[in-house]
Amino acid sequence: MSDDHIVSSFNEDMSRLESMFLEMGDIVAEQLKLATRALRKEDRVLAKQVIKGDKRLNKMEADLNDLAIKILALRQPFAGDLRKVVITLKSAGHLERMGDLTRNMAQRTNTITKAEADTGPIDTLIRMSEIVQDMISSIMQAYKDQDTELAINVRAQDENVDRSHNALFREMLTYMMEDLRNISGCMHVMFMAKNIERMGDNVADIAKELIYMNTGDWPEGKRTKSDKTSKMILEHDQKEK
Amino acid sequence: MEKNMTYKTAVSTNGSAPIMTANGVDVYYGKKQAIKNVSLDIPENQITALIGPSGCGKSTFLRCFNRMNDTIDSCRISGDIKFAGQDIYDSKVDVVALRSRIGMVFQKANPFPKSIFDNVAYGPRIHGLSESKDHLEDIVITSLRRAGLYDEVSDRLNEPGTSLSGGQQQRLCIARAIAVDPQIILMDEPCSALDPIATAIIENLMDSMKEKYTIVIVTHSMQQAARVSQQTAFFHLGELVESGDTESIFTNPAQERTQNYISGRIG
Repeated sequence: MSDDHIVSSFNEDMSRLESMFLEMGDIVAEQLKLATRALRKEDRVLAKQVIKGDKRLNKMEADLNDLAIKILALRQPFAGDLRKVVITLKSAGHLERMGDLTRNMAQRTNTITKAEADTGPIDTLIRMSEIVQDMISSIMQAYKDQDTELAINVRAQDENVDRSHNALFREMLTYMMEDLRNISGCMHVMFMAKNIERMGDNVADIAKELIYMNTGDWPEGKRTKSDKTSKMILEHDQKEK
Repeated sequence: MEKNMTYKTAVSTNGSAPIMTANGVDVYYGKKQAIKNVSLDIPENQITALIGPSGCGKSTFLRCFNRMNDTIDSCRISGDIKFAGQDIYDSKVDVVALRSRIGMVFQKANPFPKSIFDNVAYGPRIHGLSESKDHLEDIVITSLRRAGLYDEVSDRLNEPGTSLSGGQQQRLCIARAIAVDPQIILMDEPCSALDPIATAIIENLMDSMKEKYTIVIVTHSMQQAARVSQQTAFFHLGELVESGDTESIFTNPAQERTQNYISGRIG
């Protein structure tokens, strides 16, 4: 498809929509990075900064929604342009939700740091966060370059997040069974891990939407999901069933 | 050998069977080729939209369907166009009879300088379709109803057709086309001179008309093609670039030229 629309103001609106979406993606990745650092460093000031930063993301999503609705109403786009506007609108909703999950992570960091609660090992959680940060960065690149192959790869990466989540779930159960005083901190870590796992799902959903945006076809078949935590239980002898 | 061919009612096996088929159609104006090897099926009881930039040949192609191009001396047509299985360019074809089966509505409403009643009664009278005065009145009223105009003009059928508003005049022309009981109605930019409300009324009318008629519309408005048609054909530089179901053409066209045109990247 040629890049430029005959109506230059249409080009400007589409470029603005694209740059707003890319900026939202950058902010989400940065928020997750900062929230993870706040947890690792037990830094309440940084955690509060992340909580505050989410408002900016909410505002950006509202502005992006307004612009997308304006384009639909005034430009009445078709074909590739139509798919781009609708998918950007839809995917921005995922980014906003990811922002909420990051804010929740920072709120929990603030709570456990203030209470000096023991959380047990958080290495797996940090690894999950790093995978998701990479996925966000890659999916934004895929959006910018209209790179379907990259979107397909990103969609597949979510399986790694699920596997790490399974491992962390097991670690936390074990840690909590060792000492009841660990339960508060561990529960917060488990919720943070669930937040990150959900963020991975959101990125995988964006990847699916980008494949449709680029090709006009939804990817066939379901992606592989490996989150087994809903079926996981440990007995008192710590033998997994 | 019979002098004039008559046209049987096309029988379709399903809702999307073609009532008209064009095969390898070329049209020349003098030495200039306006249509290049176009093949397209027109499915029965559906609305087919022909879109494309000015000069792409879509109106020329539409006018091939009822031999309106015959009136242009320099125009030469080759290829096959069949209506109900019969070649409409066969030398034995009665063009007047053909045009009663394949009616046409033009860009600018062109009512005759006669009363509303006589505008609609004109076709049935010259084709001898009415058996009596009462029968003619039935035809006129039914046609006006089908064109969605009767309720607005029922108390002034003897007033001039030209006294109506632009949208009403266009519906009068549709009623006039319907009155001779055609199977296909060709519409060449029927709403381009109308305001949005009159356009919406015509589009709504087209939607209800497709149960009884097959409609082929030429339109410059992509939004109109998307709103009213089930099949869309995109023309560019005299070629048929792509045709298919309207939803696919406007969400995921197969050809880059179609994508570029409908998204406003080529004019």
